[in-house]
Amino acid sequence: MRPGPATLGPVEPGTFETRALTGWGRTAPTVAAVASPTSPDDVIAAVKTAGPRGVIARGLGRSYGDPAQNAGGLVLDMTGVDRIHSIDADSGLAVLDAGVNLDQLMRAALPFGLWVPVLPGTRQVTVGGAIGSDIHGKNHHSAGSFGNHVRSLDLLTADGQVRTLTPDGPESDLFWATVGGMGLTGVILRATVALKHTESAYFISDTDRTADLDETLAMFANGSDDDYDYSMAWFDSISTDGRLGRAVFSRGSLAKLDELPKKYRKAPLRFDAPQLLTLPDVFPNGLANKFTFRLLGEAWYRKAPKQSRGQVMNLTAFYHPLDMFGEWNRAYGSRGFLQYQFIIPFSADAELRSIVRQMAESGHVSFLNVLKRMGAANPAPMSFPCPGWTVTVDFPIGPGLHEFCARLDEQVLAAGGRLYLAKESRTDPETFHRMYPRLDEWRATRRSVDPDGLFTSDQARRLGL
Amino acid sequence: MINAVGTPQSLLLLGGTSEIGLAIAENYARQRPLTVTLAARPSARLDAAAEKLRGLGATVRTVAFEARDLESHPKVIEEAFGDGDIDVSVVAFGLLGDAEKLWQDHAAGVEAAQVNYSAAVSVGIALAERLRKQGHGSVVALSSVAGERVRRSNFVYGSTKAGFDGFYLGLGEALRPEGIHVTVVRPGFVHTKMTEGMKAAPMATTPDKVAQVAVDAVRARRDLVWAPAQWRLVMSVLRHVPRPIFRKLPI
Repeated sequence: MRPGPATLGPVEPGTFETRALTGWGRTAPTVAAVASPTSPDDVIAAVKTAGPRGVIARGLGRSYGDPAQNAGGLVLDMTGVDRIHSIDADSGLAVLDAGVNLDQLMRAALPFGLWVPVLPGTRQVTVGGAIGSDIHGKNHHSAGSFGNHVRSLDLLTADGQVRTLTPDGPESDLFWATVGGMGLTGVILRATVALKHTESAYFISDTDRTADLDETLAMFANGSDDDYDYSMAWFDSISTDGRLGRAVFSRGSLAKLDELPKKYRKAPLRFDAPQLLTLPDVFPNGLANKFTFRLLGEAWYRKAPKQSRGQVMNLTAFYHPLDMFGEWNRAYGSRGFLQYQFIIPFSADAELRSIVRQMAESGHVSFLNVLKRMGAANPAPMSFPCPGWTVTVDFPIGPGLHEFCARLDEQVLAAGGRLYLAKESRTDPETFHRMYPRLDEWRATRRSVDPDGLFTSDQARRLGL
Repeated sequence: MINAVGTPQSLLLLGGTSEIGLAIAENYARQRPLTVTLAARPSARLDAAAEKLRGLGATVRTVAFEARDLESHPKVIEEAFGDGDIDVSVVAFGLLGDAEKLWQDHAAGVEAAQVNYSAAVSVGIALAERLRKQGHGSVVALSSVAGERVRRSNFVYGSTKAGFDGFYLGLGEALRPEGIHVTVVRPGFVHTKMTEGMKAAPMATTPDKVAQVAVDAVRARRDLVWAPAQWRLVMSVLRHVPRPIFRKLPI
């Protein structure tokens, strides 16, 4: 333990730890004084000690880039503020501290027959992070994003006040600026989230394999998606022949009790999410290459049945296959990787095809490729989801990646699309500003509660948010 | 901020007319919108360099910097950081001089030592203090293979670069826990105005090529690189040549 850096005001010894932080992509490390509050009062006290480099809240660090870093300033590790205050089995309302994570919430809520309404690709995210990034999951087309399910939140603002905000109350503009606001309006201390009633913790799932990109897009467009609450496709982004864009569709809905086979009915709400192993930090750079990814992709594609109907699957198998491997980001080696996620309107399907083709031909390889049809947007000005296709790919950091991604940015922008702040780690301010036409509206709301920019992050500095 | 692929948004060039330094700035400016601060003595050459960078789309400003005036350095650095964070700082000023004059002319020798070593230490300390406050950043220190094993033929220059090299390698170690990264670049013979009229040594290179080596090294967070890379092997051999033999080598 070392005392905070010179930029901080007088602090009690042992309260802060100076350390390097990165996002999940393990790129662009910066050093900050990290405080570990364990209660909302600790948070209020810690924010008061912030120096000229400001402060940002950090959850479990699953954002890929730098939104939960604050070089030379203060970072609040919120994972210790993790009390579940109440869960109402009838109304489904859960009152949660911001540091509660979705895995913890799910384990607590399932015995009451309640389900977390929006789950991203991992359960290792906090409620505060879920709101700040306005995360989405495989059910965006049916349920919207996380912010849609928040009934109220307590926000600590720069003036030291704690405001209780609701989606349609007197300060609703601040509520919606906080949803998707990347922690830049203040620190979320507590939230009331509406959970979803469920009879089981299992999915009834259908799998379909398509042979090429045409078939893949047709499968999304034929209306069958609306029959499922949850839907997404893994696709092949490496093959440069006709197989490019072939996909494995995994779609389903939570099982009702009478849909479950007998053996599951005894404990339909059992939390069933196994983890095989945690990857050690021993992987060399360059292991993630064209050869290994082609093999992996082929195996992934072939392991899926051509078509299956009504399969009962647990959460890990259906939703979080990567959670089988803890700390899987280590497989990319010390140089790290970035996740490129964009959304473009349904009308831009020619551009979508072109971008997928360029990815295959670029020499930058990605194994974890997700294609999803997104539903309606919510009122938050900085929220990412809107009607359209969202594509997510992971690229290991290597020469030429910057130039390639910059070219993709231009095409995404030209097609009327945008990037997702929780994944973004490298674009330039001007491009980003053009992607979010409501940025100025959001800035005005932010300025009204934080005129001096107390809440700031590396990402906010990098993008001039 | 340096982004996930290792590309900066802002750059400070100490020795604002250094050809290698400017080549590094140009390399970055071609990749991404860049804010450049050129610290140098006001001159027409400085203005031309600024103009050239503006032509590449960079936002450029200049700060008056006199390497010989050690007292002024903290203020110069403060001014350079006045507009916000600096992602990459390039320490690129130096004097080559006439090797035979440098060890026989007191004033010339002292000046070389002050500019190449004392001023570099002075700037390095001021820079480190500012970078520690911002909690991130990379420093590129332009050293020379001449400092790796000092030769009779240019030992004053070589000795200043040996000191420079050691200082910045050590500074990199000291700043490592603070999130600041220092890359020491050791070029061989580079075709620049500094070496104009000199007979090119083997493996001679250009400012653009050295810049590329530096940019790649910052991206990969390397501590020490040679330009071109073959110098590493050559120097590791030369380092171990016994003095009686070394003395007779035509270098």
